[in-house]
Amino acid sequence: MKNVTVIGAGVAGLCVARTLLDRGARVTLIDRQRDLGPAACSWWAGGMLAPFCEGESAEEPVVRLGQEAADWWEAKTQAVHRHGSLVVSPARDRSELTRFARRTSGFREVSAPEIDALEPDLGGRFSKGLFFESEAHLAPREALQRLRASVLADGAEFVEADADPADHATRGLTVDCRGFQARADLPDLRGVKGEMLVLSCPDVSLSRPIRLLHPRIPLYIVPRGDGVFMLGATMIEGQAGRHVTARALLELLSAAYALNPAFGEAEVLEIGVDSRPAFADNIPRIRQSGNLIRANGLYRHGFLLAPALARMVTERIFDNTTPEVMDETAT
Amino acid sequence: MLDFYGTTLANGFMLGTAQYPSPAILADAFRRSGASVATVSLRRESGQDRAGQDFWQMIRALDVHILPNTAGCHSVKEAVTTAHMAREVFDTKWIKLEVIGEEDTLQPDVFGLVEATRILTEDGFQVFPYTTEDLVVADRLLHAGCEVLMPWGAPIGSGLGLNNLFGLRAMRAHFPDVPLVIDAGLGLPSQAAQAMELGFDAVLLNTAVAKAGDPAAMAEAFATAIRAGQLAAAADPMEPRDMAAPSTPVIGKAFLS
Repeated sequence: MKNVTVIGAGVAGLCVARTLLDRGARVTLIDRQRDLGPAACSWWAGGMLAPFCEGESAEEPVVRLGQEAADWWEAKTQAVHRHGSLVVSPARDRSELTRFARRTSGFREVSAPEIDALEPDLGGRFSKGLFFESEAHLAPREALQRLRASVLADGAEFVEADADPADHATRGLTVDCRGFQARADLPDLRGVKGEMLVLSCPDVSLSRPIRLLHPRIPLYIVPRGDGVFMLGATMIEGQAGRHVTARALLELLSAAYALNPAFGEAEVLEIGVDSRPAFADNIPRIRQSGNLIRANGLYRHGFLLAPALARMVTERIFDNTTPEVMDETAT
Repeated sequence: MLDFYGTTLANGFMLGTAQYPSPAILADAFRRSGASVATVSLRRESGQDRAGQDFWQMIRALDVHILPNTAGCHSVKEAVTTAHMAREVFDTKWIKLEVIGEEDTLQPDVFGLVEATRILTEDGFQVFPYTTEDLVVADRLLHAGCEVLMPWGAPIGSGLGLNNLFGLRAMRAHFPDVPLVIDAGLGLPSQAAQAMELGFDAVLLNTAVAKAGDPAAMAEAFATAIRAGQLAAAADPMEPRDMAAPSTPVIGKAFLS
């Protein structure tokens, strides 16, 4: 039996642990935090499983590998909502919608009455949209908690510690899934700051993630159920500080207000800020040096790409394959 | 060839660094563009803890002249503060000065622009002002210490091209010895070529490349067009005329009818 230590219990580490267990490995999971919480970037994720929408700006592997995500999360957590995603733009920014349509696939154009039927609470505000019917979303914290529970129930041992992967690898096969925390060991990893809000607004009901296109302030809003919404997310080059900026709040809230003025009455439950770990091309990487495998760089695609990344790490370990996102240069 | 505050640039292409799908694509676009200047916004990419270090390091590694800008500043004070931060971060006196006056068109607040120019010039900065084609404002900017003027072609990010040909021609004619850069509003290479054909010294753009489906290819397309326009301007183009001027003799035709 293979013994593998996974360091980092965010979305990457938990997915790797799950796929390793599925192949029969004995897994030890190490994290600085005893419980899931705001220290993990995935805690603040939108939870959109929207590979086709991401194709607007992401490269081909993201679209292709991301298509594994919805089925994987459904199988492992039963926390997936399959209602598609809807993309709209204010009338004056219609050219953004044209551009988005040209860069993506897997959608159909929807007119005002169709938008009204899909999302009655957007009624009358948008005359045209793009409906990506096959896409899905999940509630990240619920999904992570379920995944973690299943991993522990299936025998993974959890250790609360601030472990150094390189040191640990001297004692056995180790997978470093620490995300941005691994920056000191991955000099080409950078932080991309994201700011997001959780709102409570029982007056508004949405069934699926909505993307509001805007040349300066693109926004998405993901329903969490029970009148709770996640509103995100800024994308700013640079490692996040501890606080969200006033500008980000203004932009996010004004965009929500444009979707439905009832958001003006929403209560702000949480304000989040974190650094997404990313490589220069915003595509994740697997790197191996002896007993140490590092899987990192999920960028804004944590829930979307972690299942594929975990599969590739596991195939590397069990089948000795060379995954497509594996770098030749070992670090 | 082109002199901007004593610095000679190899070509008239200034390219922005915002809005690219990834830093890798940004770097690729710069390689294909051969652009001699990179503009970089500080305000958006920093915050109080100046967290943009990784990104700025990458911009430095492009190995082109860096023109920091005060994009997103709405007041003189904000713009001056950002300029000082830029000088510290990039170790350059150059500053592209933007003082935005109107949110929908992002047109410059020309009054604030002149005031901020005066403050910054006295402080040793070399100001590249984002202005309109207004000749009076241009004159005030020169008096305030500018040695370069950067009129807009159209609103920032609109891709509409050169909206006021008359105004831009007048500006070129009025300031024959001042380096003039079309800043903002270009969407297509043909528009950049047109700007160069009008005798402008350079163009500055960002969105048209960053938001193209293939930014690197579009960067090369712009570089080619800029070069074409520049060559055309130097080659002394023919004057347009109302009647046809046959390029071969018309013998045996009643051409005086």
